[in-house]
Amino acid sequence: MTVDTKLPYEKDYVSKFSDERNEPEWMKSLRLQALELADSLPMPTPDKTNITKWNFSQFKHKAEGQVIKSLDELPDDIKVFIDMENHDKNLVIQRNQSIAYKSLSSELEKKGVILTDITTALHEHSDLVQRYYMKDAVAIDENRLSALHTALMNGGVFVYVPKGVVIEEPLQSIFWQEDNEVATFNHVIVVAEENSSLTYVENYISHNQDQQAVANIVTEVIAHDNASISYGAVDNFAKGTTVYVNRRGVAYRNATIDWALGQMNDGHTASENITHLIGDDSTSHAKTVTVGRGHQIQNFTAKIVHFGLASEGYILQHGVMKESASSVFNGIGKIEHGASKSNAEQESRVLMLSKDARGDANPILLIDEDDVTAGHAASVGRVDPIQMYYLMSRGISKTEAERLIIHGFLAPVVKEIPIKAVREQLTQVIEGKVY
Amino acid sequence: MAGSILEIKDLHVAIEDQEILKGVNLTIKGGEFHAVMGPNGTGKSTLASAIMGHPKYEVTKGSVLLDGEDVLEMEVDERAQAGLFLAMQYPSEISGVTTSDFLRSSINAHREEGDEISLMKFIKEMDAAMDYLDMDKNMAQRYLNEGFSGGEKKRNEILQLMMIKPAIGILDEIDSGLDIDALKVVSKGINKLRSESFGCLMITHYQRLLDYITPDYVHVMMQGRVVKSGGPELAQRLEAEGYDWIKQELGIEEETVGQKA
Repeated sequence: MTVDTKLPYEKDYVSKFSDERNEPEWMKSLRLQALELADSLPMPTPDKTNITKWNFSQFKHKAEGQVIKSLDELPDDIKVFIDMENHDKNLVIQRNQSIAYKSLSSELEKKGVILTDITTALHEHSDLVQRYYMKDAVAIDENRLSALHTALMNGGVFVYVPKGVVIEEPLQSIFWQEDNEVATFNHVIVVAEENSSLTYVENYISHNQDQQAVANIVTEVIAHDNASISYGAVDNFAKGTTVYVNRRGVAYRNATIDWALGQMNDGHTASENITHLIGDDSTSHAKTVTVGRGHQIQNFTAKIVHFGLASEGYILQHGVMKESASSVFNGIGKIEHGASKSNAEQESRVLMLSKDARGDANPILLIDEDDVTAGHAASVGRVDPIQMYYLMSRGISKTEAERLIIHGFLAPVVKEIPIKAVREQLTQVIEGKVY
Repeated sequence: MAGSILEIKDLHVAIEDQEILKGVNLTIKGGEFHAVMGPNGTGKSTLASAIMGHPKYEVTKGSVLLDGEDVLEMEVDERAQAGLFLAMQYPSEISGVTTSDFLRSSINAHREEGDEISLMKFIKEMDAAMDYLDMDKNMAQRYLNEGFSGGEKKRNEILQLMMIKPAIGILDEIDSGLDIDALKVVSKGINKLRSESFGCLMITHYQRLLDYITPDYVHVMMQGRVVKSGGPELAQRLEAEGYDWIKQELGIEEETVGQKA
């Protein structure tokens, strides 16, 4: 398990790992197929960030976690993400690779809603999982990391909402990496059938400062005709974890996928958030915020590809960079030929808090169709001294004025995070990272 | 509490190496309302901004004292905490920060730690002040000055003035861009603050404002200095006759700052 180009795990290991989990045959063969591919595939190449020296091979692949009897047993730093007063929660807590807690309201269960860990889903809904797993959104052979992910997948959840079912209460996952060296090869699938709607929120938490770990996450979100998915996330991997997170959506006719991602990792992070607007009149808002600190290097690529007529895609990226952190924000709107009347807008803004911080905001428009509207905006700058003057002229201290401006700058995304407890937690995380 | 005293002595101020103020002297005491008038480009707004500590203005000579304390040595927030307030001509827009959160932070900045205003009391006071200024209550939850009309921004400045209750309030062209109804409302708010513990410096180039807020003293600025001072009758004469008679009286040909006297 040293840092080299050799694959960290062999065929026998993967095969045995699949057997231990009693996985269906298709999953085992998919893993083995992917493992073979991984050897020859290139690493992903996020634009303007070189990730070739990042640690993607040094990690531990397996770690169990204890089941809890009640949420009260959770440590406080996990509890804060949960709305403890709501007793009819729809919640999965994954502790390392074990499911520590799982609950789904009986009402939703009756309606055929599935919210469960990926292993259980593979046992109980094998065909359904197979229909979506690395099919319409992410392919196993996109790059070395997508192949490795498929071969070594060790956690995640499966969310399925049947036709016409409208869920008001959010569905929530908490991925708690209690073991400081275990890798997170999480696979999340969210499927909304026709005319259904749901809100899903996930939290990633780890505490490894010096121990090295890897997170290689794939999320596939499918919104069928007239479905609507609101997807919120707060990623909070500690400094020792190198993160590659690939969140992808596919929206069919008149469907909506809205992303609100609070990407608060402390380690190197390459984040890819791509939405394919396949159907006519489909819509996506892709919003992300981040705070970079230390010597952290990050790349955030948000891309919305328009295939359907009159499809609408809005990208909003806001980042605060401090100390020697550096980040690249690529906001890409691509309108394919035939997607007339579509609208693509990208906005990337970076606020720099120190002279050594770096931020690069690149809104990009790629248009193969005439009859469309599009717009983009980008800025990289420091805190406006005139705004500071205005706030301070009311007696507000320099620190507090800066704090207000930073929170204000991140607010357009923070306020979109669906669960109040999670939103407040994100605010706390921002607070902690900025000061 | 007896009123504060703001003393401006021989104040010289430059922006980007051009001297705008060339020796301003003024003293404002609690209970007094002063109006500084003058044509455009004579340094009126520079005076207001320099007192508050605007980052673009550099004081090259002179002093500003509040109750004997050297204001120019203070940071902007310390000036506010010492009792100064500037209602700005062009307030900043701050995205993501609600007017209400900003106001509460401002009020708490004037109070000791541990003695913060309670949320209930704050809301009660804010609602009352907003009613007094005929303001839409939704404004409290809107982002600070973002998308506000000119009139809404001015009302918001006066809302802050009423809630912060400073010792000395400086109003920089609070009347500009206001229609007559809005001007009446804003004036009502300012007049409500009249007391022995509140001194006010109003900067305007229209007499109109002074129809609603009667000043005790009127000063005329030209060429970066106060060239004439008097009582309310001075403002009335300016309204009737304009500024030309002052220029003639003092032998000034061009009143703006860029020219030699």
